[in-house]
Amino acid sequence: MEFQGRAHRLGDHIDTDLIIAGRYLVTTDPQRLAEHLFEDLDPALRSRIRPGDILVAGENFGQGSSREHAPLAILGAGVRVVVAASFARIFYRNAFNNGLVLLECPEAAQSVQDGDGLRIVPETGEIRNLTRNQVYRARPIPPFMQQLVEAGGLIPYVQQRLRILR
Amino acid sequence: MGMTITEKILARHAGLPAVKPGDLVECRVDMLFANDITAPLAIQQFERIGVDRVFDPDRVAFVLDHYSPAKDIASAEQCRITREFVRKHGLPHFYDVGRAGVAHVLLAEEGFVLPGELFVGADSHTCNHGALGAFATGVGSSDLAAAMATGRLWFRVPHTLKFVFKGTLRPWVTGKDLVLRVIGDIGVDGARYAAMEFSGPVLQQLSLDERFSITNMAVEAGAKNGIMEPDEVVLEWVQLRARRPFEPVYGDSDAEYAAVYEYDVTDMEPVVAAPPSPDNVVPVTEVQGVRVDQCFIGTCTNGRIEDLRQAARVLAGRRVHPEVRLIVIPATPHVYRQALEEGLIQIFLEAGAAVSTATCGPCIGGHMGVLADGEVCVSTSSRNFIGRMGHRGSRVYLSNPAVAAAAAVAGKIVHPAEVVGSPVAV
Ligand code: SF4
Repeated sequence: MEFQGRAHRLGDHIDTDLIIAGRYLVTTDPQRLAEHLFEDLDPALRSRIRPGDILVAGENFGQGSSREHAPLAILGAGVRVVVAASFARIFYRNAFNNGLVLLECPEAAQSVQDGDGLRIVPETGEIRNLTRNQVYRARPIPPFMQQLVEAGGLIPYVQQRLRILR
Repeated sequence: MGMTITEKILARHAGLPAVKPGDLVECRVDMLFANDITAPLAIQQFERIGVDRVFDPDRVAFVLDHYSPAKDIASAEQCRITREFVRKHGLPHFYDVGRAGVAHVLLAEEGFVLPGELFVGADSHTCNHGALGAFATGVGSSDLAAAMATGRLWFRVPHTLKFVFKGTLRPWVTGKDLVLRVIGDIGVDGARYAAMEFSGPVLQQLSLDERFSITNMAVEAGAKNGIMEPDEVVLEWVQLRARRPFEPVYGDSDAEYAAVYEYDVTDMEPVVAAPPSPDNVVPVTEVQGVRVDQCFIGTCTNGRIEDLRQAARVLAGRRVHPEVRLIVIPATPHVYRQALEEGLIQIFLEAGAAVSTATCGPCIGGHMGVLADGEVCVSTSSRNFIGRMGHRGSRVYLSNPAVAAAAAVAGKIVHPAEVVGSPVAV
Protein backbone atom coordinates (compact mmCIF):
# COMPACT_ATOMS: atom_id res chain seq x y z
CA MET A 1 0.00 0.00 0.00
CA GLU A 2 1.29 3.43 -0.92
CA PHE A 3 -0.23 6.89 -1.03
CA GLN A 4 0.89 9.90 -2.97
CA GLY A 5 -0.77 13.29 -2.84
CA ARG A 6 -0.76 16.95 -1.96
CA ALA A 7 -0.73 18.02 1.68
CA HIS A 8 -3.25 20.27 3.40
CA ARG A 9 -2.00 21.70 6.67
CA LEU A 10 -4.42 21.82 9.61
CA GLY A 11 -3.85 23.03 13.16
CA ASP A 12 -3.99 21.45 16.62
CA HIS A 13 -7.10 20.02 18.31
CA ILE A 14 -9.28 19.95 15.20
CA ASP A 15 -12.54 18.65 16.64
CA THR A 16 -15.26 16.57 15.04
CA ASP A 17 -17.60 19.58 14.94
CA LEU A 18 -15.05 21.33 12.72
CA ILE A 19 -14.65 18.21 10.58
CA ILE A 20 -18.39 17.83 10.10
CA ALA A 21 -20.79 20.10 12.00
CA GLY A 22 -23.57 18.54 14.06
CA ARG A 23 -26.28 20.09 11.93
CA TYR A 24 -25.29 17.91 8.96
CA LEU A 25 -25.52 14.60 10.78
CA VAL A 26 -28.81 13.75 9.15
CA THR A 27 -27.26 11.45 6.58
CA THR A 28 -24.69 8.66 6.58
CA ASP A 29 -23.74 9.09 2.93
CA PRO A 30 -20.00 9.91 2.72
CA GLN A 31 -20.44 11.99 -0.44
CA ARG A 32 -23.14 14.16 1.07
CA LEU A 33 -21.23 14.54 4.32
CA ALA A 34 -18.12 15.50 2.35
CA GLU A 35 -19.94 18.51 0.91
CA HIS A 36 -19.68 20.10 4.36
CA LEU A 37 -16.23 18.85 5.34
CA PHE A 38 -14.36 21.46 7.43
CA GLU A 39 -17.09 24.03 6.74
CA ASP A 40 -16.83 25.73 10.14
CA LEU A 41 -13.03 25.57 10.13
CA ASP A 42 -12.59 27.34 6.80
CA PRO A 43 -15.50 27.49 4.37
CA ALA A 44 -13.09 27.70 1.41
CA LEU A 45 -11.02 24.66 2.39
CA ARG A 46 -13.37 22.00 1.02
CA SER A 47 -13.07 23.25 -2.56
CA ARG A 48 -9.28 22.98 -2.38
CA ILE A 49 -9.28 19.32 -1.32
CA ARG A 50 -9.05 16.90 -4.25
CA PRO A 51 -9.30 13.12 -4.24
CA GLY A 52 -5.97 11.63 -3.22
CA ASP A 53 -4.91 14.63 -1.15
CA ILE A 54 -3.40 14.08 2.28
CA LEU A 55 -4.31 15.90 5.50
CA VAL A 56 -1.49 16.84 7.86
CA ALA A 57 -2.64 18.03 11.27
CA GLY A 58 -1.18 18.90 14.66
CA GLU A 59 -2.04 17.45 18.07
CA ASN A 60 -5.22 15.59 19.03
CA PHE A 61 -6.85 15.50 15.61
CA GLY A 62 -10.49 14.39 15.77
CA GLN A 63 -11.23 15.26 19.39
CA GLY A 64 -14.84 15.47 20.48
CA SER A 65 -17.79 13.38 19.50
CA SER A 66 -17.97 9.74 18.49
CA ARG A 67 -19.57 10.57 15.15
CA GLU A 68 -18.23 8.16 12.57
CA HIS A 69 -19.52 10.72 10.10
CA ALA A 70 -16.17 12.49 10.64
CA PRO A 71 -13.91 9.87 9.03
CA LEU A 72 -16.67 9.18 6.50
CA ALA A 73 -16.76 12.85 5.46
CA ILE A 74 -12.98 12.76 5.00
CA LEU A 75 -13.18 9.55 2.98
CA GLY A 76 -16.08 11.02 0.99
CA ALA A 77 -13.76 13.82 -0.12
CA GLY A 78 -11.37 11.21 -1.50
CA VAL A 79 -8.78 11.52 1.27
CA ARG A 80 -7.39 8.11 2.23
CA VAL A 81 -4.72 9.02 4.77
CA VAL A 82 -4.27 11.55 7.57
CA VAL A 83 -0.95 12.38 9.22
CA ALA A 84 -0.98 14.13 12.61
CA ALA A 85 1.19 14.70 15.65
CA SER A 86 -1.47 12.77 17.61
CA PHE A 87 -5.07 11.61 17.31
CA ALA A 88 -8.06 11.56 19.66
CA ARG A 89 -8.99 8.02 20.60
CA ILE A 90 -12.53 7.55 19.33
CA PHE A 91 -11.61 9.13 16.01
CA TYR A 92 -8.62 6.80 15.82
CA ARG A 93 -10.80 3.72 16.18
CA ASN A 94 -13.46 5.04 13.82
CA ALA A 95 -10.92 5.87 11.12
CA PHE A 96 -9.27 2.45 11.03
CA ASN A 97 -12.64 0.75 11.34
CA ASN A 98 -13.57 2.42 8.06
CA GLY A 99 -10.26 2.00 6.30
CA LEU A 100 -9.03 5.57 6.72
CA VAL A 101 -5.31 5.23 7.45
CA LEU A 102 -3.86 7.38 10.24
CA LEU A 103 -0.18 7.95 10.86
CA GLU A 104 1.22 9.56 13.99
CA CYS A 105 4.23 11.66 13.10
CA PRO A 106 5.04 14.83 15.06
CA GLU A 107 7.99 15.51 12.77
CA ALA A 108 5.85 15.60 9.64
CA ALA A 109 3.25 17.69 11.47
CA GLN A 110 5.98 20.25 12.06
CA SER A 111 7.74 20.27 8.74
CA VAL A 112 5.12 19.73 6.05
CA GLN A 113 3.78 22.88 4.42
CA ASP A 114 0.52 23.43 2.59
CA GLY A 115 0.74 22.05 -0.93
CA ASP A 116 3.81 19.84 -0.36
CA GLY A 117 3.81 16.60 -2.32
CA LEU A 118 3.99 13.53 -0.07
CA ARG A 119 4.53 9.84 -0.66
CA ILE A 120 3.56 7.55 2.21
CA VAL A 121 4.15 3.86 2.87
CA PRO A 122 2.01 2.97 5.91
CA GLU A 123 3.63 -0.44 6.48
CA THR A 124 7.02 1.10 7.15
CA GLY A 125 5.76 4.46 8.40
CA GLU A 126 7.89 6.25 5.85
CA ILE A 127 6.64 9.69 4.79
CA ARG A 128 8.60 11.23 1.95
CA ASN A 129 8.24 14.94 1.31
CA LEU A 130 8.80 15.19 -2.44
CA THR A 131 8.69 18.99 -2.43
CA ARG A 132 11.28 19.49 0.32
CA ASN A 133 13.23 16.31 -0.21
CA GLN A 134 12.80 15.22 3.39
CA VAL A 135 11.90 11.87 4.95
CA TYR A 136 9.95 11.50 8.20
CA ARG A 137 9.33 8.36 10.20
CA ALA A 138 5.83 7.85 11.53
CA ARG A 139 5.16 5.57 14.46
CA PRO A 140 4.44 2.15 12.91
CA ILE A 141 0.77 1.22 12.76
CA PRO A 142 0.03 -1.30 15.56
CA PRO A 143 -0.25 -4.85 14.18
CA PHE A 144 -3.92 -5.07 15.10
CA MET A 145 -4.70 -1.90 13.14
CA GLN A 146 -2.67 -3.31 10.27
CA GLN A 147 -4.95 -6.36 10.31
CA LEU A 148 -8.00 -4.12 10.22
CA VAL A 149 -6.66 -2.21 7.24
CA GLU A 150 -5.74 -5.44 5.46
CA ALA A 151 -9.19 -6.89 6.09
CA GLY A 152 -10.74 -3.73 4.64
CA GLY A 153 -12.07 -2.33 7.91
CA LEU A 154 -13.73 -3.62 11.05
CA ILE A 155 -16.83 -5.09 9.45
CA PRO A 156 -15.00 -7.48 7.08
CA TYR A 157 -12.67 -8.26 9.98
CA VAL A 158 -15.61 -9.26 12.20
CA GLN A 159 -17.05 -11.31 9.36
CA GLN A 160 -13.77 -13.23 9.11
CA ARG A 161 -13.68 -13.75 12.88
CA LEU A 162 -17.24 -15.00 12.99
CA ARG A 163 -16.50 -17.47 10.21
CA ILE A 164 -13.54 -18.81 12.19
CA LEU A 165 -15.59 -19.08 15.38
CA ARG A 166 -18.36 -21.00 13.70
CA MET B 1 1.33 -5.27 41.35
CA GLY B 2 -2.25 -4.17 42.05
CA MET B 3 -4.77 -2.93 39.53
CA THR B 4 -6.91 0.19 39.35
CA ILE B 5 -10.69 -0.15 39.20
CA THR B 6 -10.54 0.38 35.42
CA GLU B 7 -7.93 -2.34 34.95
CA LYS B 8 -9.85 -4.72 37.17
CA ILE B 9 -13.12 -4.30 35.30
CA LEU B 10 -11.36 -4.81 31.96
CA ALA B 11 -9.54 -7.90 33.29
CA ARG B 12 -12.76 -9.38 34.57
CA HIS B 13 -14.49 -8.85 31.24
CA ALA B 14 -11.56 -10.22 29.28
CA GLY B 15 -11.54 -13.35 31.45
CA LEU B 16 -7.96 -12.66 32.51
CA PRO B 17 -6.48 -12.67 36.01
CA ALA B 18 -4.71 -9.37 35.34
CA VAL B 19 -4.17 -6.72 32.68
CA LYS B 20 -1.80 -3.78 32.47
CA PRO B 21 -1.84 -0.48 30.60
CA GLY B 22 -1.11 -0.95 26.92
CA ASP B 23 -2.48 -4.52 26.73
CA LEU B 24 -4.91 -5.14 23.87
CA VAL B 25 -7.80 -7.19 25.24
CA GLU B 26 -11.09 -8.47 23.93
CA CYS B 27 -13.85 -7.90 26.44
CA ARG B 28 -17.38 -9.09 26.99
CA VAL B 29 -19.79 -6.16 26.85
CA ASP B 30 -22.59 -6.03 29.45
CA MET B 31 -24.74 -3.40 27.77
CA LEU B 32 -24.60 -1.20 24.70
CA PHE B 33 -26.60 1.57 23.10
CA ALA B 34 -26.82 3.97 20.18
CA ASN B 35 -28.77 7.18 19.56
CA ASP B 36 -30.67 8.54 16.56
CA ILE B 37 -27.47 9.90 14.97
CA THR B 38 -25.21 6.93 15.49
CA ALA B 39 -27.75 4.09 15.26
CA PRO B 40 -28.50 4.30 11.51
CA LEU B 41 -24.82 3.88 10.69
CA ALA B 42 -24.46 1.13 13.31
CA ILE B 43 -27.48 -0.67 11.83
CA GLN B 44 -26.04 -0.35 8.33
CA GLN B 45 -22.75 -1.86 9.53
CA PHE B 46 -24.54 -4.54 11.55
CA GLU B 47 -26.43 -5.59 8.44
CA ARG B 48 -23.19 -5.71 6.47
CA ILE B 49 -21.77 -8.16 8.99
CA GLY B 50 -24.57 -10.47 7.98
CA VAL B 51 -25.61 -12.04 11.29
CA ASP B 52 -29.37 -12.32 11.68
CA ARG B 53 -29.74 -11.31 15.29
CA VAL B 54 -28.15 -9.13 17.94
CA PHE B 55 -26.08 -11.08 20.47
CA ASP B 56 -28.59 -10.46 23.29
CA PRO B 57 -31.69 -8.30 22.79
CA ASP B 58 -31.82 -7.59 26.52
CA ARG B 59 -28.41 -5.90 26.44
CA VAL B 60 -29.05 -3.50 23.58
CA ALA B 61 -30.81 -0.14 23.94
CA PHE B 62 -31.70 2.54 21.41
CA VAL B 63 -32.54 6.07 22.49
CA LEU B 64 -33.71 8.82 20.13
CA ASP B 65 -32.43 12.00 21.74
CA HIS B 66 -30.37 14.22 19.45
CA TYR B 67 -32.74 15.31 16.68
CA SER B 68 -35.85 13.92 18.22
CA PRO B 69 -38.71 14.87 18.12
CA ALA B 70 -37.53 15.00 14.51
CA LYS B 71 -36.33 18.45 13.51
CA ASP B 72 -36.76 18.01 9.76
CA ILE B 73 -37.48 15.40 7.13
CA ALA B 74 -33.92 14.10 6.97
CA SER B 75 -33.78 13.47 10.72
CA ALA B 76 -37.25 11.93 10.64
CA GLU B 77 -35.92 9.42 8.10
CA GLN B 78 -32.94 8.66 10.36
CA CYS B 79 -35.23 8.06 13.34
CA ARG B 80 -37.34 5.74 11.22
CA ILE B 81 -34.34 3.54 10.38
CA THR B 82 -33.85 2.86 14.07
CA ARG B 83 -37.57 2.30 14.72
CA GLU B 84 -37.81 -0.25 11.91
CA PHE B 85 -34.72 -2.10 13.06
CA VAL B 86 -36.03 -2.28 16.62
CA ARG B 87 -39.35 -3.69 15.42
CA LYS B 88 -37.78 -6.17 13.04
CA HIS B 89 -35.56 -7.59 15.78
CA GLY B 90 -38.12 -7.30 18.56
CA LEU B 91 -35.75 -5.30 20.76
CA PRO B 92 -37.32 -4.49 24.13
CA HIS B 93 -35.29 -1.43 25.17
CA PHE B 94 -36.26 1.31 22.76
CA TYR B 95 -36.96 4.89 23.83
CA ASP B 96 -38.89 7.10 21.45
CA VAL B 97 -40.53 10.54 21.74
CA GLY B 98 -42.30 11.00 25.06
CA ARG B 99 -40.40 8.20 26.76
CA ALA B 100 -36.98 9.15 25.49
CA GLY B 101 -34.53 11.38 27.29
CA VAL B 102 -30.90 12.26 26.86
CA ALA B 103 -29.51 8.73 26.70
CA HIS B 104 -26.79 9.03 29.31
CA VAL B 105 -29.18 10.29 31.94
CA LEU B 106 -31.97 7.96 30.93
CA LEU B 107 -30.04 4.69 30.78
CA ALA B 108 -28.56 5.18 34.25
CA GLU B 109 -31.98 6.12 35.58
CA GLU B 110 -33.47 2.99 34.01
CA GLY B 111 -30.98 0.73 35.75
CA PHE B 112 -29.08 -0.47 32.67
CA VAL B 113 -25.67 0.59 33.97
CA LEU B 114 -24.30 -1.15 37.02
CA PRO B 115 -21.17 -0.96 39.17
CA GLY B 116 -18.42 -3.26 37.97
CA GLU B 117 -19.94 -3.63 34.51
CA LEU B 118 -18.66 -2.77 31.06
CA PHE B 119 -20.85 -0.42 29.06
CA VAL B 120 -20.27 0.92 25.56
CA GLY B 121 -22.29 3.50 23.71
CA ALA B 122 -22.12 5.02 20.27
CA ASP B 123 -21.78 8.45 21.82
CA SER B 124 -18.67 10.04 23.23
CA HIS B 125 -20.25 11.04 26.56
CA THR B 126 -20.89 7.41 27.46
CA CYS B 127 -18.01 7.97 29.90
CA ASN B 128 -20.75 9.63 31.97
CA HIS B 129 -21.58 6.33 33.67
CA GLY B 130 -18.25 5.97 35.40
CA ALA B 131 -19.82 7.77 38.38
CA LEU B 132 -21.55 4.45 39.08
CA GLY B 133 -18.28 2.54 39.20
CA ALA B 134 -18.71 1.06 35.73
CA PHE B 135 -16.22 1.07 32.88
CA ALA B 136 -18.12 3.08 30.30
CA THR B 137 -16.74 4.41 27.05
CA GLY B 138 -17.88 5.95 23.80
CA VAL B 139 -17.24 4.23 20.49
CA GLY B 140 -18.22 4.79 16.89
CA SER B 141 -20.99 3.11 14.98
CA SER B 142 -18.85 0.34 13.47
CA ASP B 143 -17.51 -0.68 16.86
CA LEU B 144 -21.05 -0.68 18.17
CA ALA B 145 -22.19 -2.85 15.27
CA ALA B 146 -19.40 -5.32 15.97
CA ALA B 147 -20.38 -5.45 19.65
CA MET B 148 -24.03 -5.80 18.72
CA ALA B 149 -23.20 -8.84 16.60
CA THR B 150 -20.70 -10.53 18.88
CA GLY B 151 -21.19 -9.14 22.40
CA ARG B 152 -17.48 -8.43 22.45
CA LEU B 153 -15.14 -5.57 21.66
CA TRP B 154 -11.39 -4.93 21.74
CA PHE B 155 -9.85 -2.33 24.02
CA ARG B 156 -6.40 -1.05 24.74
CA VAL B 157 -6.08 -0.99 28.52
CA PRO B 158 -5.64 2.68 29.42
CA HIS B 159 -3.21 4.04 31.96
CA THR B 160 -4.97 5.77 34.85
CA LEU B 161 -4.66 9.38 36.00
CA LYS B 162 -5.99 9.95 39.49
CA PHE B 163 -7.62 13.17 40.65
CA VAL B 164 -8.10 13.65 44.39
CA PHE B 165 -10.38 16.42 45.66
CA LYS B 166 -9.90 17.63 49.23
CA GLY B 167 -11.25 20.54 51.24
CA THR B 168 -14.70 22.08 51.46
CA LEU B 169 -16.73 23.43 48.58
CA ARG B 170 -17.98 26.98 48.68
CA PRO B 171 -21.58 27.79 47.79
CA TRP B 172 -22.29 27.77 44.04
CA VAL B 173 -19.26 25.59 43.32
CA THR B 174 -20.39 22.28 41.83
CA GLY B 175 -19.11 19.06 40.32
CA LYS B 176 -19.17 20.81 36.95
CA ASP B 177 -16.72 23.43 38.24
CA LEU B 178 -14.38 20.71 39.50
CA VAL B 179 -14.25 18.91 36.17
CA LEU B 180 -13.87 22.16 34.22
CA ARG B 181 -11.02 23.11 36.49
CA VAL B 182 -9.29 19.78 35.84
CA ILE B 183 -9.77 20.09 32.07
CA GLY B 184 -8.44 23.64 32.25
CA ASP B 185 -5.34 22.36 34.02
CA ILE B 186 -4.51 19.32 31.93
CA GLY B 187 -5.93 20.48 28.57
CA VAL B 188 -8.21 18.88 26.01
CA ASP B 189 -5.67 16.14 25.39
CA GLY B 190 -4.31 15.92 28.93
CA ALA B 191 -5.89 12.51 29.45
CA ARG B 192 -5.74 11.24 25.87
CA TYR B 193 -6.28 7.45 25.82
CA ALA B 194 -6.25 7.45 29.64
CA ALA B 195 -8.69 6.55 32.39
CA MET B 196 -9.51 9.45 34.70
CA GLU B 197 -10.23 8.24 38.20
CA PHE B 198 -11.82 10.76 40.55
CA SER B 199 -11.67 10.39 44.30
CA GLY B 200 -11.26 12.20 47.60
CA PRO B 201 -13.57 13.32 50.40
CA VAL B 202 -15.13 16.14 48.37
CA LEU B 203 -16.99 13.59 46.24
CA GLN B 204 -19.03 12.70 49.33
CA GLN B 205 -20.15 16.34 49.53
CA LEU B 206 -21.56 16.05 46.03
CA SER B 207 -24.91 14.63 45.00
CA LEU B 208 -24.73 11.74 42.57
CA ASP B 209 -26.09 14.10 39.91
CA GLU B 210 -23.06 16.34 40.36
CA ARG B 211 -20.71 13.38 40.23
CA PHE B 212 -22.15 12.44 36.85
CA SER B 213 -21.19 15.90 35.57
CA ILE B 214 -17.59 15.05 36.42
CA THR B 215 -17.28 11.65 34.75
CA ASN B 216 -19.44 12.92 31.88
CA MET B 217 -16.76 15.39 30.82
CA ALA B 218 -13.77 13.04 31.01
CA VAL B 219 -13.90 12.89 27.22
CA GLU B 220 -13.31 16.64 27.06
CA ALA B 221 -9.81 15.90 28.36
CA GLY B 222 -9.44 13.17 25.74
CA ALA B 223 -9.99 10.32 28.21
CA LYS B 224 -11.27 6.88 27.36
CA ASN B 225 -13.30 6.72 30.54
CA GLY B 226 -13.94 8.59 33.77
CA ILE B 227 -14.58 6.55 36.86
CA MET B 228 -15.24 6.70 40.61
CA GLU B 229 -15.31 3.85 43.10
CA PRO B 230 -18.93 3.24 44.10
CA ASP B 231 -19.78 4.34 47.65
CA GLU B 232 -22.94 3.87 49.73
CA VAL B 233 -24.77 6.65 47.88
CA VAL B 234 -24.15 4.93 44.55
CA LEU B 235 -24.98 1.44 45.76
CA GLU B 236 -28.27 2.58 47.30
CA TRP B 237 -29.22 4.51 44.17
CA VAL B 238 -28.41 1.58 41.90
CA GLN B 239 -30.16 -1.02 44.10
CA LEU B 240 -33.44 0.76 43.49
CA ARG B 241 -33.05 0.51 39.74
CA ALA B 242 -30.76 -2.37 38.82
CA ARG B 243 -32.13 -4.72 36.17
CA ARG B 244 -29.60 -7.41 36.96
CA PRO B 245 -27.56 -8.53 39.93
CA PHE B 246 -24.14 -6.90 39.96
CA GLU B 247 -20.83 -7.08 41.74
CA PRO B 248 -19.01 -3.79 42.43
CA VAL B 249 -15.30 -3.57 41.74
CA TYR B 250 -12.74 -1.58 43.72
CA GLY B 251 -9.14 -0.80 42.89
CA ASP B 252 -6.24 -2.41 44.78
CA SER B 253 -4.48 -0.32 47.39
CA ASP B 254 -1.19 -0.88 45.56
CA ALA B 255 -2.59 0.01 42.14
CA GLU B 256 -0.29 2.07 39.94
CA TYR B 257 -1.25 5.45 38.57
CA ALA B 258 0.50 7.22 35.74
CA ALA B 259 0.00 10.47 37.67
CA VAL B 260 -1.87 11.72 40.74
CA TYR B 261 -3.28 15.24 40.89
CA GLU B 262 -4.41 16.66 44.22
CA TYR B 263 -6.82 19.54 44.53
CA ASP B 264 -7.75 21.61 47.55
CA VAL B 265 -11.11 22.95 46.48
CA THR B 266 -11.64 25.24 49.47
CA ASP B 267 -10.82 28.51 47.70
CA MET B 268 -12.35 27.56 44.37
CA GLU B 269 -14.87 29.82 42.70
CA PRO B 270 -17.39 28.86 40.04
CA VAL B 271 -15.61 28.74 36.69
CA VAL B 272 -16.56 28.90 33.03
CA ALA B 273 -14.92 27.52 29.92
CA ALA B 274 -14.66 30.43 27.52
CA PRO B 275 -14.96 29.85 23.76
CA PRO B 276 -13.83 28.03 21.76
CA SER B 277 -12.46 25.18 23.86
CA PRO B 278 -13.51 23.32 27.03
CA ASP B 279 -10.01 23.80 28.47
CA ASN B 280 -10.21 27.58 28.26
CA VAL B 281 -11.25 27.73 31.91
CA VAL B 282 -11.33 30.91 34.01
CA PRO B 283 -13.07 31.95 37.25
CA VAL B 284 -16.50 33.34 36.49
CA THR B 285 -15.44 36.71 37.91
CA GLU B 286 -12.78 37.02 35.23
CA VAL B 287 -15.36 37.19 32.43
CA GLN B 288 -18.12 38.93 34.36
CA GLY B 289 -19.94 41.55 32.36
CA VAL B 290 -19.85 39.61 29.08
CA ARG B 291 -23.27 40.21 27.53
CA VAL B 292 -25.32 37.13 26.65
CA ASP B 293 -28.11 36.44 24.17
CA GLN B 294 -29.13 32.96 25.25
CA CYS B 295 -28.72 30.66 28.22
CA PHE B 296 -29.26 26.93 28.08
CA ILE B 297 -29.74 24.62 31.04
CA GLY B 298 -29.92 20.93 30.21
CA THR B 299 -27.91 18.10 28.51
CA CYS B 300 -26.27 14.91 29.69
CA THR B 301 -23.82 17.03 31.67
CA ASN B 302 -26.28 19.17 33.62
CA GLY B 303 -29.88 18.22 32.85
CA ARG B 304 -30.59 16.27 36.05
CA ILE B 305 -32.87 17.18 38.93
CA GLU B 306 -30.13 18.58 41.15
CA ASP B 307 -29.04 20.82 38.27
CA LEU B 308 -32.57 22.15 37.84
CA ARG B 309 -32.80 22.77 41.59
CA GLN B 310 -29.63 24.82 41.48
CA ALA B 311 -30.95 26.86 38.57
CA ALA B 312 -34.30 27.34 40.31
CA ARG B 313 -32.57 28.65 43.42
CA VAL B 314 -31.30 31.53 41.29
CA LEU B 315 -34.45 32.02 39.22
CA ALA B 316 -37.08 31.82 41.97
CA GLY B 317 -38.98 35.10 42.09
CA ARG B 318 -36.82 36.62 39.35
CA ARG B 319 -37.30 37.26 35.65
CA VAL B 320 -35.12 36.46 32.69
CA HIS B 321 -33.49 39.63 31.31
CA PRO B 322 -35.61 41.09 28.49
CA GLU B 323 -32.83 40.64 25.93
CA VAL B 324 -32.03 37.04 26.88
CA ARG B 325 -33.68 33.75 25.91
CA LEU B 326 -33.47 31.06 28.58
CA ILE B 327 -34.05 27.47 27.48
CA VAL B 328 -34.44 24.76 30.10
CA ILE B 329 -34.54 21.12 29.05
CA PRO B 330 -34.94 18.46 31.75
CA ALA B 331 -32.87 15.55 30.49
CA THR B 332 -35.53 12.85 30.83
CA PRO B 333 -39.30 12.57 31.30
CA HIS B 334 -38.57 11.40 34.84
CA VAL B 335 -36.51 14.50 35.62
CA TYR B 336 -39.25 16.61 34.02
CA ARG B 337 -41.94 15.04 36.19
CA GLN B 338 -39.89 15.46 39.33
CA ALA B 339 -39.19 19.09 38.48
CA LEU B 340 -42.91 19.58 37.98
CA GLU B 341 -43.70 18.01 41.34
CA GLU B 342 -41.09 20.12 43.10
CA GLY B 343 -42.49 23.31 41.56
CA LEU B 344 -39.32 23.99 39.54
CA ILE B 345 -41.09 24.10 36.18
CA GLN B 346 -43.41 26.75 37.59
CA ILE B 347 -40.38 28.79 38.66
CA PHE B 348 -38.86 28.50 35.18
CA LEU B 349 -42.07 29.47 33.41
CA GLU B 350 -42.71 32.40 35.71
CA ALA B 351 -39.18 33.59 35.09
CA GLY B 352 -39.89 33.61 31.35
CA ALA B 353 -37.93 30.52 30.34
CA ALA B 354 -38.86 28.11 27.58
CA VAL B 355 -39.14 24.56 28.93
CA SER B 356 -38.91 21.73 26.43
CA THR B 357 -39.49 18.01 26.24
CA ALA B 358 -36.32 15.97 26.73
CA THR B 359 -33.81 16.21 23.87
CA CYS B 360 -30.16 17.13 23.39
CA GLY B 361 -31.63 20.18 21.68
CA PRO B 362 -29.35 23.17 21.26
CA CYS B 363 -26.28 21.35 22.67
CA ILE B 364 -25.36 20.12 19.22
CA GLY B 365 -26.61 23.11 17.24
CA GLY B 366 -29.33 21.30 15.37
CA HIS B 367 -32.60 22.63 16.74
CA MET B 368 -34.33 24.11 19.78
CA GLY B 369 -32.19 27.22 20.07
CA VAL B 370 -29.57 27.46 17.32
CA LEU B 371 -27.30 30.52 17.63
CA ALA B 372 -26.92 33.28 15.03
CA ASP B 373 -23.65 34.89 13.98
CA GLY B 374 -22.09 36.83 16.85
CA GLU B 375 -24.50 35.56 19.50
CA VAL B 376 -23.25 34.56 22.93
CA CYS B 377 -24.65 31.65 24.92
CA VAL B 378 -23.96 30.49 28.45
CA SER B 379 -24.62 26.77 28.37
CA THR B 380 -24.46 23.95 30.91
CA SER B 381 -23.34 21.56 28.17
CA SER B 382 -19.88 20.15 27.66
CA ARG B 383 -18.56 21.53 24.37
CA ASN B 384 -18.02 25.06 23.14
CA PHE B 385 -16.14 24.33 19.93
CA ILE B 386 -16.55 26.71 17.00
CA GLY B 387 -20.01 26.24 15.49
CA ARG B 388 -21.07 23.71 18.10
CA MET B 389 -24.36 25.43 18.90
CA GLY B 390 -24.96 27.23 15.63
CA HIS B 391 -23.18 29.76 13.42
CA ARG B 392 -19.40 29.55 13.42
CA GLY B 393 -19.39 33.15 14.58
CA SER B 394 -21.42 32.35 17.72
CA ARG B 395 -19.69 31.89 21.06
CA VAL B 396 -20.43 29.53 23.93
CA TYR B 397 -19.38 29.73 27.58
CA LEU B 398 -19.72 26.48 29.52
CA SER B 399 -20.84 26.76 33.12
CA ASN B 400 -22.74 25.17 35.96
CA PRO B 401 -26.56 25.61 36.08
CA ALA B 402 -26.54 28.42 38.67
CA VAL B 403 -24.10 30.49 36.63
CA ALA B 404 -26.22 30.00 33.49
CA ALA B 405 -29.38 30.98 35.40
CA ALA B 406 -27.67 34.04 36.88
CA ALA B 407 -26.52 35.14 33.42
CA ALA B 408 -30.08 34.78 32.15
CA VAL B 409 -31.34 37.11 34.88
CA ALA B 410 -28.53 39.64 34.67
CA GLY B 411 -28.19 39.65 30.88
CA LYS B 412 -24.46 39.20 31.34
CA ILE B 413 -22.08 36.78 33.01
CA VAL B 414 -22.06 37.25 36.80
CA HIS B 415 -21.34 35.26 39.93
CA PRO B 416 -24.67 33.72 41.03
CA ALA B 417 -24.21 35.21 44.49
CA GLU B 418 -24.53 38.63 42.91
CA VAL B 419 -27.98 37.81 41.60
CA VAL B 420 -29.19 36.02 44.68
CA GLY B 421 -27.59 38.34 47.23
CA SER B 422 -26.70 35.64 49.64
CA PRO B 423 -26.87 31.93 48.97
CA VAL B 424 -30.12 30.25 49.91
CA ALA B 425 -29.73 27.38 52.36
CA VAL B 426 -30.27 23.96 50.80
S1 SF4 C 1 -26.68 16.43 25.49
FE1 SF4 C 1 -25.09 17.18 24.11
S2 SF4 C 1 -23.22 16.19 24.78
FE2 SF4 C 1 -24.92 15.07 25.73
S3 SF4 C 1 -25.36 13.38 24.32
FE3 SF4 C 1 -26.68 15.09 23.73
S4 SF4 C 1 -25.54 16.20 22.14
FE4 SF4 C 1 -24.09 14.87 23.20
